[in-house]
Amino acid sequence: MLTLIILICCALVGLALLLNLYRLIQGPSVLDRILALDTMYINSIALIVLLGLFFGSPLYFEGALLIAMLGFVSTAALCKYLLRGDIIE
Amino acid sequence: MKRLLPHPFLTLILFVVWLLLNNSIAPGQILLAAILAVVIPKLTTPLQKTHPTLRKPVLAARYVLMLLWDIVLSNVEVAIQVLGPLRKLNPGFIVIPLDTTEHLPVTLLASSISLTPGTVSVEVSKDRRHLYVHVLNLDDEAKTIATIKQRYEKPLKEMFGC
Amino acid sequence: MNAVTEWIVVALLLLGSIFLLVGSIGLARLPDFFTRLHAPTKASTLGIGGVLIASCIYFSFDQNGLSVKELVITLFLLITAPITAHMLAKAALHQDSPPLERTRNADLTATAKDRENPTQ
Repeated sequence: MLTLIILICCALVGLALLLNLYRLIQGPSVLDRILALDTMYINSIALIVLLGLFFGSPLYFEGALLIAMLGFVSTAALCKYLLRGDIIE
Repeated sequence: MKRLLPHPFLTLILFVVWLLLNNSIAPGQILLAAILAVVIPKLTTPLQKTHPTLRKPVLAARYVLMLLWDIVLSNVEVAIQVLGPLRKLNPGFIVIPLDTTEHLPVTLLASSISLTPGTVSVEVSKDRRHLYVHVLNLDDEAKTIATIKQRYEKPLKEMFGC
Repeated sequence: MNAVTEWIVVALLLLGSIFLLVGSIGLARLPDFFTRLHAPTKASTLGIGGVLIASCIYFSFDQNGLSVKELVITLFLLITAPITAHMLAKAALHQDSPPLERTRNADLTATAKDRENPTQ
C-alpha cells in the first residue's frame, strides 16, 4: 500500500511543480519568477525524499539537503541583486 | 569557562547538528563534534554582535512549542483562504509598534510573524521601533496588532529580559 | 514495519503532499505579489515538514537504528522560510511592485520602502 501512496504523493507534488512552472513562465514581474523558483526548490526536495522512500534508500537525503541549501542561497542572492543592482558590493 | 565557550548556545546547536548530520553517536563522531563545537564559536566571535542573553530557557521551550502549534493552525487557515473565494480576501498592511529594539528579539519576532496565521513581516524601520506587516485577510486592524503583541512579543520580551 | 507506523507514514505523506499542492495553487491563483508571498512560505513549510517527518519515521523502523537526519532539513527550512519571505517582500517594495487595489493602508509602502517610521 505504501508504494501506491508514494506514487500518488509523487503525482500531487508533480502537479504542484507544474503550477510553479506556470507562475515561472507567466509571472508578471521578476519577483514572481523568483518566488516560483523558490517554491520549485521546496517541491523538488519533497520529490527527492519521496523517491528515496520509493527505492528505500536513505542516500537521497544528501541531495535533498544540498538542494535546500542552494535554494536558500540562490533566492537570497537574487533578492540582493534586485535590491542593490549588485551581488558583491 | 567564558573564554573557552563564548557562546554556549551556539556550541550546543553545532554539537547536535553535527551528530544529526552524521546520524551516529560513535565515539569518534562525538569527539569531532565536540572539537568543532568549541573551535567554530571561538573563531567567529569577532563577527558577532553582542546579544541579550536568554534569561528563561523554560519559557523559550514553551514558546517554540506554541509556535509549532501555531504554524500548523496557520497552515490550515491559509489553505482554506487560498482555496476559497478570492473576492472575500481583504489584504492590507499594518504597523506594529515595538517595545524592544534589540536585534535578536526583533528578528525572532519578525520570523515568528512570517510563519504564523496570514501575516508576513515586510520591513522594519531603521530605529527598529516599527514593524511593517502584510496581512492576507485584514478584518480588524487593532485586534490583529493586539494579538501579535500579546501572543508573540510579550513572551519574547520576557525571555530576554528587556 | 508494523501496520500502525505504516498508517502514520501514509497519513503524513498525504498531508504533506496536499499542503505542498495547496501552496503551489496559492502561488498560481492569488492576485498580487504580496498575497502570493503568503502561500508558499506557509503551506510549503508544513508540507515539506510532513514529508520529511514521514521519511524520518519510515527509515527509523525500516533500517535498524534511529534515523533523524531529515530533521536537519526541516529545521533549516523553518529557519530560512521567513528570511526568504522577508527578502522577497523587501525587494518587492524596492521595485514598487503594485499591491492589489483593495489593499488597506497601501500608502504605508512609501514609508516602509525608506525604512522610516510611519507618519501619524
